[in-house]
Amino acid sequence: MAKYTIDPITRIEGHLRIDVEIEGGKVTNAWSSAQLFRGLELILQGRDPRDAPHITQRACGVCTEVHALASTRAIDDALKAYPPALGRLTRNLVHGAQFIHDHVTHFYALHALDFVDVVSALKADPKKTAALAESLGDYPKSGSADFKAVQERLKTFVESGQLGPFANGYWGHPDYRLPPEANLMATAHYLEWLRLQVKAARMMALFGAKNPHVQTYVAGGVSCVQDILSVDRLAEFLYYLKEMQAFIDNVYLPDLLAVASFYKDWGAKNIGGCTNFLAYGNFPQNSGAYSSEKMFLPGGVIAKRDLAKVMAVDPGKITEEVKRAWYSDGPALHPSKGETKFIKPDYNYEGKYSYFKAPRYDGMAVEVGPLAQVLVAYGKGHAQTKAMVDAVLKHLSIPAAALFSTLGRAAARCIETKVIADTMAGWVMEVIEEVKKGNLATAAEWKWPGEAMGAGLIDVPRGALGHWIHIDAKNKIQNYQLVVPSTWNLGPRDTKGQLGPVEEALVGTPVADPKRPLEIIRTVHSFDPCIACGVHVIDPQTNQVHKIKVL
Amino acid sequence: MEHKEEVLERIEAKGVSRRDFVKYCTLVTSVLGLAPSMVPRVAEAMAAKQRPTAIWLHFAECTGCSEALLRTTYPWIDEVVLEVLNVAYHETIMAPSGEAAEKSLHDAMTQYKGKYILICEGGIPMKDGGVYGKVGGKTMLDIAKAATKDALATICVGNCACSGGVQAAKPNPTGAVSVEKATGVKTININGCPPNPINIIATVVHYLLLGKLPALDDKGRPLFAYGMNIHDNCPRRAHYEAGNFVKKFGDEGAMKGWCLAEVGCKGPNTFNNCPQVMFNDGTNWPIGAGHPCIGCSEPNFWDEQSPFYQPI
Repeated sequence: MAKYTIDPITRIEGHLRIDVEIEGGKVTNAWSSAQLFRGLELILQGRDPRDAPHITQRACGVCTEVHALASTRAIDDALKAYPPALGRLTRNLVHGAQFIHDHVTHFYALHALDFVDVVSALKADPKKTAALAESLGDYPKSGSADFKAVQERLKTFVESGQLGPFANGYWGHPDYRLPPEANLMATAHYLEWLRLQVKAARMMALFGAKNPHVQTYVAGGVSCVQDILSVDRLAEFLYYLKEMQAFIDNVYLPDLLAVASFYKDWGAKNIGGCTNFLAYGNFPQNSGAYSSEKMFLPGGVIAKRDLAKVMAVDPGKITEEVKRAWYSDGPALHPSKGETKFIKPDYNYEGKYSYFKAPRYDGMAVEVGPLAQVLVAYGKGHAQTKAMVDAVLKHLSIPAAALFSTLGRAAARCIETKVIADTMAGWVMEVIEEVKKGNLATAAEWKWPGEAMGAGLIDVPRGALGHWIHIDAKNKIQNYQLVVPSTWNLGPRDTKGQLGPVEEALVGTPVADPKRPLEIIRTVHSFDPCIACGVHVIDPQTNQVHKIKVL
Repeated sequence: MEHKEEVLERIEAKGVSRRDFVKYCTLVTSVLGLAPSMVPRVAEAMAAKQRPTAIWLHFAECTGCSEALLRTTYPWIDEVVLEVLNVAYHETIMAPSGEAAEKSLHDAMTQYKGKYILICEGGIPMKDGGVYGKVGGKTMLDIAKAATKDALATICVGNCACSGGVQAAKPNPTGAVSVEKATGVKTININGCPPNPINIIATVVHYLLLGKLPALDDKGRPLFAYGMNIHDNCPRRAHYEAGNFVKKFGDEGAMKGWCLAEVGCKGPNTFNNCPQVMFNDGTNWPIGAGHPCIGCSEPNFWDEQSPFYQPI
């Protein structure tokens, strides 16, 4: 059967190649391949553990901050240096802001062009566009003059003949379904967010020093004591947060619902859906040992789409397999004596075909990310999530089963953003309460413990992220492992031949024109792939994640 | 040079004499290490009616530099893409994937051969013929060689493209190097991890508007940004001189904004304009957030400026 290669997949982070077989107008098989290897875990060995958050943060600049957080948590855990209240709250505020920035940017800059035909926007009636926008939300710059101005800008741009990033797009593809007015509205919103995301980044910089690549997380807490104790800074954060909430409520959410309303069949047929889900939980609500943390968003595992049965996460059930990946073979379940080495990327559909390994939870391929987080929270009766999910389902008149799809994934991303954004002001108030009580500590005291192990497991915008560190008696990194959301989602087949989540999701996708694989990239993009993040080696001492002691 | 008269008329209308214009082109050409025969082509590129074309390539990178650029406010990123430049290829934002994306790159390199500004993000893996990093089935090494060859100028953004980056840190498993080392082409280096978008924009706009590059240091970095030592311009310098040092994060000294030398600050080793412009429109910067500088604009900082919490 003919195979179609799509390489590069654009509008993601990193270097991804997708191959599919198409028969009868549908994808019948799929292969997901990471095309770059860097070797961060090899680079970490022998270094001062406190350098790890800085090095691992460079796993990705789109999902910036997240690795610094997970890495610092792993070190906190190993050193038994758990952040005091202000340290915990500062991290939650910065991490929350990252969700806002990352998710909204994903929808508009990375995903939108899979639904929005920019060329069609040129045919829209600005008056009708304004009426549409007004019916969906209350946001400035939504008058007919505003949309006309955007349209004029686009016209000038297109008439220049230099189409830049819009050249060779799949404009006019039969699976663009939005009317011209919706296309113009969404394009205007894309441009609006391109300016507003600057402020989401400033929110992170207020306490995190800068974005991309924050520089304030330290073992046991944060360094930005002056910033978190500054009323000006806290007020500025709240001010920006309000702007974010206004955009999420009046632009992002309505746009998401508008788009989803045209693609209900994708939900009904579970196009792009996966079967099993994993979330670690997020935003600790109490200070102290990580083993006794209560999270704002709960962790859990869902198998076979059974929302009624959310299981507790057992990190001991995590394994990573290399059978179909460009690493020397080794058993997944047993500690390896020899060195596991990365090998040359000779692509073999029947053999090894990716620099991603295949993480499995209890032998299952699991999806991680906003949909997993939302489903787990929904299944566990998390009030804010349940309310939002029910509202979205009601608005679209669709059952919960529709969530197991590409559109469900996009909807979950929006739901998660709103749930987090709406709770963050409360965290700022908690900071103020702590300051009033005189709890000004931002970083815990600690001493080198000798040989020690630690784990940092936390949900981040793309899903469940785990960092594991083993510090030796000389206070250097003996071993370091990351198991990253995009590895879970975009990893290859395992030893049993089970497809990875994106591969499973792609099977059954309708494809109108293999030369213009719009439907395929729409599903791939729904996972918000980050390929740079996801590629790493197994540590030479042991293949096995669960052998590293996790608390 | 085609349409020579037309171009020179337009330049004069902008207040630049013909003699100066040719001088600028010669200067740019020589700074870029191009042959004198390139002067007319440089002139043509800068005087073009159409927006100047930029091709942005991603190699072994984390996309932090692209993200950094998104934070620009003068001009805004939408203005950069819609009105200032013709961003003919940028994998993070472009509409098409696969073959259609490859067509965009091929068309841009062909149509604007010798005229496009090449912007590189990411280091180049060199080991085993460069197979550890591929795009569209080609090695990043081959792509970089081809793209730099026909570029008007190559600007490297970020520590990875400028000096190899995080993947080049010991033991450099894939033999990653800078674009300059991989291709032999002299590049303009906006270093940093990531760099301040102000410095990226300033360099490109300086070049487009004035027709000349800003003065560069011996590492190819624009002096306007990298000519200043962090330590010499640090607002906490007085504390350094007075012996007021933070001993532990969050301690009394930290609450007073004391010097971070004893918790590992690499400011004295680092050249960048962070204290002056800060990040995110002057919101903050590492030392401002009570965290030591890690020297991210310096080549090989991952090895030479680490451990990051160990004093110099």
